[in-house]
Amino acid sequence: MELGDRVAVIKGDMRYEGILMPSRSDHVVIKLSNGYNIGLIADRIEVLEKPRKKEKPPEQIRMREDLPLVSIISTGGTIASKVDYRTGAVTSQFSAEEIISAIPELGEIARYRARVLYTILSENMRAEYWIELARAVAEEIRNGAAGVVITHGTDTMTYTAAALSFMLRTPVPVVLVGSQRSSDRPSSDAAMNAICASTVAVSDIAEVCVVMHGSTSDDCCLIHRGTRVRKMHTSRRDAFQSVNQPPIGRVDYSTRRIETFSDYRKRGECELQMFDNLEPRCALIKYFPGADPEIFDHLIESGYRGIVIEGTGLGHVASDWIPSIKKATENGIPVVVASQCLRGRICDRVYDTGRDMLAAGAIEAEDMLPEVALVKLMWVLANTSSLDEAREMMSRSLAGEISGSTPMDV
Amino acid sequence: MGRDGIDMDYRALGLVCGIEIHQQLDTKCKLFCRCPTVHREVEDSNFEFFRYLRPARSELGEIDRAALEETLVSRRFIYKSYDTTCLVEADEEPPRELNREALEIALVIARLLRMRIVDEIHTMRKTVIDGSNTSGFQRTAFIASGGSIDTSCGPVGIGILCLEEEAARIIEDRGDEVVYSLDRLGIPLVEIGTAPDIVSPQHAREVAQHIGMILRSTGRVKRGLGTIRQDVNVSIAGGARVEIKGVQELNLIERIVELEVLRQVRLLEIRDELHRRGARVCGDIVDATGLFSNSRSKVIARALKGGGVVLATRLDGFNGMIGKEVQPGRRLGTELSDRAKRAGVGGIFHTDELPAYGITEEEVSSLRSLLSCGESDAVVMVAAPPERARKAMEAVIERARETLVCIPEETRRALPDGTSEYMRPLPGSARMYPETDVPPVVINEEMVEQLRLPELVVERAERYQREYGLSPEQARIMAASSNYQLFEEIVNSYRVQPSLVVRSLESTPVELARDGVPVYRLSDRHFMGCFELLSQNRIAKEGIPALLKAMAENPDLEPEMAAQAAGLMSLGASEVERIVHEIVSAKIDLVRERGERAIGPLMGLAMEQLRGKADGAAVSALIKREINAILGRAD
Repeated sequence: MELGDRVAVIKGDMRYEGILMPSRSDHVVIKLSNGYNIGLIADRIEVLEKPRKKEKPPEQIRMREDLPLVSIISTGGTIASKVDYRTGAVTSQFSAEEIISAIPELGEIARYRARVLYTILSENMRAEYWIELARAVAEEIRNGAAGVVITHGTDTMTYTAAALSFMLRTPVPVVLVGSQRSSDRPSSDAAMNAICASTVAVSDIAEVCVVMHGSTSDDCCLIHRGTRVRKMHTSRRDAFQSVNQPPIGRVDYSTRRIETFSDYRKRGECELQMFDNLEPRCALIKYFPGADPEIFDHLIESGYRGIVIEGTGLGHVASDWIPSIKKATENGIPVVVASQCLRGRICDRVYDTGRDMLAAGAIEAEDMLPEVALVKLMWVLANTSSLDEAREMMSRSLAGEISGSTPMDV
Repeated sequence: MGRDGIDMDYRALGLVCGIEIHQQLDTKCKLFCRCPTVHREVEDSNFEFFRYLRPARSELGEIDRAALEETLVSRRFIYKSYDTTCLVEADEEPPRELNREALEIALVIARLLRMRIVDEIHTMRKTVIDGSNTSGFQRTAFIASGGSIDTSCGPVGIGILCLEEEAARIIEDRGDEVVYSLDRLGIPLVEIGTAPDIVSPQHAREVAQHIGMILRSTGRVKRGLGTIRQDVNVSIAGGARVEIKGVQELNLIERIVELEVLRQVRLLEIRDELHRRGARVCGDIVDATGLFSNSRSKVIARALKGGGVVLATRLDGFNGMIGKEVQPGRRLGTELSDRAKRAGVGGIFHTDELPAYGITEEEVSSLRSLLSCGESDAVVMVAAPPERARKAMEAVIERARETLVCIPEETRRALPDGTSEYMRPLPGSARMYPETDVPPVVINEEMVEQLRLPELVVERAERYQREYGLSPEQARIMAASSNYQLFEEIVNSYRVQPSLVVRSLESTPVELARDGVPVYRLSDRHFMGCFELLSQNRIAKEGIPALLKAMAENPDLEPEMAAQAAGLMSLGASEVERIVHEIVSAKIDLVRERGERAIGPLMGLAMEQLRGKADGAAVSALIKREINAILGRAD
């Protein structure tokens, strides 16, 4: 007896017929002819019929040669993946034809080359994978892609976006996209996000960016700079928001027109450059009232090369942490202070604690998001040789992650 | 055979009929979130958003045909949300676990219908992309099967009971936009489907009534308009299964079945006649715009002005058949037009009804010659923007072809007069796939055994006749009322007449409400207090309506205070005697003149003063005694 067989389940004087489905408990699960699944404790099961293998002819989709070429790199986001409900497995067949057959509008925007890099949940991402991804993106650009779309799980998409922002200077758009509501539902945001991402990929916005829903309605997607975006909601479509700076722009879903709100690097303005080194031994720790500086000391002793503290308010920790900051700095470990407030700029010159922290060697993250500060620190440590140099680079904007002035309206 | 659908021989026609009943449950929370199950006014909406839907493949890789047809029309769905709805209704948050209160009610209903409950309940997603569900699917779970009820025509099987979420309420259909209200989305609902054991229209109504009675017996289902809906499945031999959705009036079920049988009979007659004529559908679509450039038809002129076209097709051998009636006021032409409307046009014209609507004889004859029509041929045409006009004509051609083969299987919408209109093709099983966000629920024997089954309303009515001496009619009303527990409490607590209690609970408030009395303010406490006073003879039974009115207007007053304030407290026996004596003494001449017949006018005078303060029968007896005293007779 195998999954997919047509079976009869006998239970007392009842007889249920249906297709055998996977079960996560000790019940037998069958799909009835009306489509419902039910779980039963069976007296007996009879196999009625083996499934006929249905060979579906591959979909013949012609891509329009007059359109620009976009590379789609999949890292395991749900955007065009398929779930096999018979086995419960997520299939990673991912041809350009399949993507277009799932979202036909994409075929009107570009022609595509598809590549599966990973099939992992985004919480399982790590610095080594970011490096490999940066190399894959660079290769696609060298091979003539007019834009690159990266499908990505939404949980850690912004870390990946920040990492690519520091590792790549790109002459073409590099767009990360995902979906908050699974792509197997008619209401999924996957198709609209993919259509808008593809629209950005053929635009002149040559930046690493995240393109996701701009509101709960299907009206527009926002184009967020890769170093300014944060996932601000667990489940909503419009979870992704730019913090401390406006987004680069928006894509109207019905007209597919792009409107920009801020400066951006234009297509072809720079040559492709890649700096594919990261120092993964960096930590991001959150200060809380009463937190024991031992946590901090432990990181120093465990060989961490850089530490970002998410401090309170303007960027504070308790006074008893200051000796530890000093110790780290003396050991050549940069300590960067960002804020739990997320919105606003670090300023450690207002209160005594802050001044003491600065005296102990702390580096202000300015208006950088804590996660971006972490990723940047990984990159800076891999690309510098001294603490002073690292300190200087952490304080300077490298990929739009720091601004000189904080606008009122964000 | 009768042509009006009333005296058909349903057995000979091979009627196969089953019904589906959808009943909202009266739970505290919705099925998959903690929002209350309350109705809201659209004006109170505090937010709106819009979405588009696209079909997703089922778990077996197929797209449902009903879902596919829906996407032919790409529509924008606008949703109104409230401070009583949350992100789950907005499809912005995963569902919570299946509501246990709703599950328990569903299990009770399954037991009352003598059904077999499955061991593990799996929530499914049923694809519905008409926008009525923000997610694009309705969450639904199969609970039980294999039940039955006893009816006057033998047992009727109950094939399926599902627990599902109610859809959003449609507010407005603007064609390319539909507005929905999210207050109703997610209210728990049981769907009960009978086996196709129903033998006649009357039987269909009886079955619906019986199931409705069982549902109400739980005391845990919602009451009122729209909280229960019936779908009817009908086919006859040689016909096809047609599902008619959304019958809100129980009384309409019979008529719906009659008229669907009639429709299928007539459509088969039309098919046979078309076969005799050798009718065929060529399927060519001809642009006839040129013929109508100066048309006086408003519809056509408006369409052409907006850049539209007139498209037409010839139906060979159909002349006279398109105008044939299939249901009262609905012709074969209506069937064609229903399909065309799905493509977004206002309607169609056909030669069986032309010249009319500003289209002239000359225009019709040049149309017929443009399409090379013979005498027995008909033409159908449409005036609309080019793309819609083409889709509409294609839909008409498809329906016309079906006319020659069989009756199409489809879902139709019930109309208030018992006829129905086309909605969409019958959905298949490809529309179901598992709701992976909701874990399965194991049902064990212990859970089922612990269910407390309620007394059925019919059983309760019999008991009320037996124990309280109510008439069958009063017993039926009281047993079915949501006040039945209050009724029992009153008659078990106080020595009062049970029929008076029924009247005071069930009719008096309705009458008072008609006069604008805010009876919704009355609670159990008020009724209990009222009958306590009555049982102590401190008010008269005639005073009950006035006391209920007084308490409704002043709900915070204690019943006794309300009775005093309204001057309804009974007078002492000596006081009543004194008043009666005064009245009769003042009219001593009348008594002498009329003798015993003076009682009528005297009673009127006495009750003017004593209504609601003294029992009428007692007053009457007192007057008689006074009269006899005057006339010098013994009591």
